[in-house]
Amino acid sequence: MDNILTLVAFLPLIGALVLMLVLRGDDPAADLNAKIVSLLTTTATFLLSLVVLTGFEPSVGGFQFVEEGKWMMGLSYKLGVDGISLPFVMLTTALMPLVILASWDVNVRVKEYMAAFLILETMMIGVFVSLDLILFYVFFEAGLIPMFLIIGIWGGKDRIYAAFKFFLYTFLGSVLMLVAMLAMYFDAGTSDIEALLAHEFAAEPFSIMGWQIIGGFQTMLWLGFFASFAVKMPMWPVHTWLPDAHVQAPTAGSVVLAAILLKMGGYGFLRFSLPMFPVASAAMADFVFVLSVIAIIYTSLVALMQEDMKKLIAYSSVAHMGFVTLGIFAANRQGIDGAIFQMISHGFISGALFLVVGVIYDRMHTREIAAYGGLAVRMPAFALVFMLFTMGNVGLPGTSGFVGEFLSLAGAFQANPWAAFGAATGVILSAGYALWLYRRVVFGDMIKQSLQGIQDMTLRERGIFAPLVAATLVFGIYPSLATDLFGPASLRLVHTVETRVAAAAEAGHIAAPPAPPVLAQVEAPADDEHGEGEPGAEQTESH
Amino acid sequence: MLAHDLGVLLPEVLLALYAMGALLVGVYGRQQEIAGPLCWVTAAVLVLLGLFVGFSSGTDTAFDGAFTADGFGRFAKVLILFGAGVTLMLSEAYMTRRGIMRFEFPVLISLAVLGMMVMVSAGDLMTLYMGLELQSLALYVIAAFRRDSARSTEAGLKYFMLGALSSGLLLYGASLIYGYTGATGFAAISEVVAGEQVSLGLLFGLAFLCAGMGFKISAAPFHMWTPDVYEGAPTPVTAFFATAPKAAAAALFARVLYDAFGAAVADWQQILAFLAVASMFLGSVAAIGQKNLKRLMAYSSIAHMGFALVGLAAGTVEGAQALLIYLAIYVTMNVGVFAFMLTMARDGQPVVEIRDLAGLSKDRPALALGVGALFFSLAGVPPLVGFFGKWQVFAAAVEADLAALAVAGAVASVIGAYYYLRIVKIMYFDAAEAPLDRRMPLVHGVAISVSALAMGLGWLPMVNLFGVPEAAAVAAASLLQ
Repeated sequence: MDNILTLVAFLPLIGALVLMLVLRGDDPAADLNAKIVSLLTTTATFLLSLVVLTGFEPSVGGFQFVEEGKWMMGLSYKLGVDGISLPFVMLTTALMPLVILASWDVNVRVKEYMAAFLILETMMIGVFVSLDLILFYVFFEAGLIPMFLIIGIWGGKDRIYAAFKFFLYTFLGSVLMLVAMLAMYFDAGTSDIEALLAHEFAAEPFSIMGWQIIGGFQTMLWLGFFASFAVKMPMWPVHTWLPDAHVQAPTAGSVVLAAILLKMGGYGFLRFSLPMFPVASAAMADFVFVLSVIAIIYTSLVALMQEDMKKLIAYSSVAHMGFVTLGIFAANRQGIDGAIFQMISHGFISGALFLVVGVIYDRMHTREIAAYGGLAVRMPAFALVFMLFTMGNVGLPGTSGFVGEFLSLAGAFQANPWAAFGAATGVILSAGYALWLYRRVVFGDMIKQSLQGIQDMTLRERGIFAPLVAATLVFGIYPSLATDLFGPASLRLVHTVETRVAAAAEAGHIAAPPAPPVLAQVEAPADDEHGEGEPGAEQTESH
Repeated sequence: MLAHDLGVLLPEVLLALYAMGALLVGVYGRQQEIAGPLCWVTAAVLVLLGLFVGFSSGTDTAFDGAFTADGFGRFAKVLILFGAGVTLMLSEAYMTRRGIMRFEFPVLISLAVLGMMVMVSAGDLMTLYMGLELQSLALYVIAAFRRDSARSTEAGLKYFMLGALSSGLLLYGASLIYGYTGATGFAAISEVVAGEQVSLGLLFGLAFLCAGMGFKISAAPFHMWTPDVYEGAPTPVTAFFATAPKAAAAALFARVLYDAFGAAVADWQQILAFLAVASMFLGSVAAIGQKNLKRLMAYSSIAHMGFALVGLAAGTVEGAQALLIYLAIYVTMNVGVFAFMLTMARDGQPVVEIRDLAGLSKDRPALALGVGALFFSLAGVPPLVGFFGKWQVFAAAVEADLAALAVAGAVASVIGAYYYLRIVKIMYFDAAEAPLDRRMPLVHGVAISVSALAMGLGWLPMVNLFGVPEAAAVAAASLLQ
C-alpha cells in the first residue's frame, strides 16, 4: 500500500468519472444508481482513510505515508500526512458519506450533482495531503469549480449572486497567495513543503515607501497567504460571502462548506503561515487578535438578529472560526490544540446544524424562523437532536464544542488576556442566539396551521445524525481521542515557532515576546513525546 | 551561397510557391467549385509544413543574417502553421454554407502565414517589415472578406487605417534605430546597444517600435481596432485573427527585443510592464459589459496578450519560455472556443450573442462541459491548463524581481474570471430559450473535444502538456544565444 494517500485522494474522482462516463439516462433508476455509486465510493474512501489512521504514528515527527513523484514542468507530486493534516482528512472522508445520504432526495440533474460532490471530495482531501506548494494551490483552487456549480445549479433563489461572490472572493485571495508562493519558491529554491518548513525566510525589517515593514520579507509573504486564508476561513471583514453562499447552497453544499471548506483556511494558517513565517506571525498576532475578537462579538450580534435559520448558523460559524484564529496565532500549546479541536468539532456540529435545518426545510420549504414554533410536539426525536447540536454550538461542557473553545481561550489568554476577555463574551452571546433560535423553532405552542401535519425524522435522517451525535459526545467527554492524534505535532509546531521567534528577537528583528503570564509553560518536545497526558484535556475534565 | 540561403528558407519558399500555384489554379480553374477543396488542400499543406518545420533542427542564418532559422522561430512557426491550418479546416463548412466561400480565402491565408513565418524569423529590420506587411495586407483583405456586408467592410477599413498607422510608427522607429546605430541587422544593433550608453534617439526608436508592435498584438493602449474588427469580420476570419497572427506578433516582439535590444532590458522592461498592466486590466474590465461573444473574445485576447507580455517583460530565458508556453496554450484554447462559436446557429442562422448559450448544459451536457472547461481554462482556474500558462508567466516575473507586475496580473485575472464565469453561468444556471441547432460538422466536434481534453487533462504527468514546456525551453534558449 505505497500509494494509499493517492488512492484515498483520487478514489472519489474515479467514482465521478464512472458517473459521468458509464451511467446513462436520467430516469429515476439511473438517478438511484448514481446515488448508490456515490455512496459506495465515499464509504470506500472512508474505509481506506481508516487504514491511514490506524497506520499513523502520532509520536513520530515529520510526515508519514509520503509519496513522491515527478509531475510536469519541473513540478513535483508529493503527498503525506502529519498529525495536523490527518484529522482533517478523516473529517472529510467521514462526513462525505453522510453528505451523500443527506442528498438522497435530490431529483434535479442527480448525476451531475453527485459527480460535483465527488470531485469536490478529491480536491478537499488533496488540499490536506499535498506536500508541494503548487500541488496544494491546484487542489485549493480546483475545489472552487464544483462548489460554484453546486451553489449555482442546485441553490436557492439568489444562487447566482451567491455563487459569483463565493468564487470571486476566494479567487482573489488565492491569486495573491499564488504570488507569495512564487516568491517563496524562488527564495527557497523548492516548492517542497517539507523543505520549506525547514527553510528560514528572511525577517530583517525593511521599508517600502517610508513604511517600516516589521518582519520584512516574511511579513510580505504572510500577507499574501493571509489574503487567501482569511477569506476562506472566513475572518471579519471578508466574511460576507459566507452567509450568502450558505443560505443559497443546497443543504449538502452548506454542510460541506461549513464542515470542511472553511477548515482549509485554518489548516493553511497551521501549515504555512505559522511555521513558515513565525516572525511575521508573531508580529501580526495582535492584528489577528483584533480581527478575531471583532468577528466573534460582531458576528454573534448579527446572528442574534437573523430571521433565516441558515444565515444565523452561517454567522455563528464566522464567530466560531474567530476562536480558531485566536488559538492559532496565540501560538502556544493550548491555543493550537484548541484551534484544531475547534475546527474538527465545528466540522460536525455546524454540519449537523445545517442538516437539522435541512430536515425541516425539506418538509416546509422555508428557512424563516418565524414560520416554525412548537416542533417539539410533533417531532420529539428532531427536537432532541437539534438540542444536542445547539448545546454543542453553545459550547456546553460535555460536548466537543466546549473543548475547542476552552482550549483556544486558554491559549489566547496566555498570549493576550484582553483578546481572551473579548472573545469570552462571544461564548455568552453564542448561548444567546443559539438558545433563542432553539426556543423559537422547537418550543412554544404549535399555532401555525401549516405545521400540523409535519412528520418526525425518517430512518434515513436518523441514520445520518447518529454518527454525528456520537462524535459530538465522544469527543466532548474524551477529547484525548483527538488530541492524542495531533497533540505531538502541535507541540513540535509550537517549539519550532518559539525557537525561531526567540532567535529573531535576539537578532533585533522584532520586539521580544512577552513571557506567558499564567498557566503552564510549554515543555520542550523531547520529554513529551508519549503519554504524559494532554494538559488541555485535563483542564477540560476538571471543569 | 544562394543555394544554401534558399535551403534555409525552404519552408517559406515552398509556401510561397504553393500560394502562387493556388492562385493560378483558382484564376484559371472553375472558381466556385474549387474554393472548398482548395481550402482543405491549403489546410493540409499548412499542417504538413508545420510537421516539416517541427521535425527540422539546427540554427542557421541566411542572406547575411537577415533571416534566422532557429529553435525559437521553429516553435513559433509550428504554432502559426497548426493554428492557421486548423482554423482553415474549421472555416470551410461555415463559409460554404453561408455562400461566402471564395478561392481567394485560402490563398490569402497562405500569404498571411508566409508573412508571419518570415517575421518570426527576421534577423533584420527590413525582413521584419517585409514579413509584417505581407501578413497585414492579407489580413486587411480577409477582414473585409464579406464585401457585401457593411460591418465586414467597416472592419476591414478600420483595420487597414489603424494598421497603416501602426506600420508608420514602426517604420519611424526603425528609421530612428537605423539612424542612431547605423545598422538594420539585429546582430549589429545589439552590438551597438551592448557597447555604450543607449542614446536618447535610439530609445525613441525603440519606443516607436514597441508601439508599432503593440498595435499588432493589440496591447492596450493600442487595442482600439480589435473589438470592432473581431465583431465585424466573418467568424472564421475572427477565429484566424485570434490564433496565428497573435502568436506571430508576440513572437516577433520577443525576437526584436531579445535579439536586437537584449542588452537594454532595463529600458524596454518598463514599456512592456506598462503595456502588460494596461492590457490585462483593460481587457478584463471592458469585457464585463459585452453581450456579443466575438467582442468578448476580442477583449479577452487583449487581456491574454497582457499576460503574455508579463512573461516577455521579465527579459529572461524563463520569460521567453513562459511567453511561448502561454501562446501555445492560448492558441489551443481559442481554437476550441472558436470551433464552438462557428457551430452556434439557430434555425440555420449564425448567432453570436452570449445569451444564446442559455441552457446549453441541459440541452447538450457533453458540449457544455467541454466549452465550460475551455472558459475555466481561459480564466486560469487550476487544474485546467490555462492556469499553468499563467503560473509560468507569473513565475518568470517574480524571478525577474517584478513581483508587483505579478500581483497586478493576479488581480486582473480575478476580474477576468468574472466574465468567463458569466458565460459558464449562462450555460449552466439559466433556463434555455430556444435550443441551438444540433448540426455539428465532424471537424468542429473533433477540434472542440481535442482542445477541451487538452485543457482538462494536459496537466497529467504522462501528458506533460504534450511536451510543450520542454520544446519552449529549447526555443527560448536558442533565442538568447
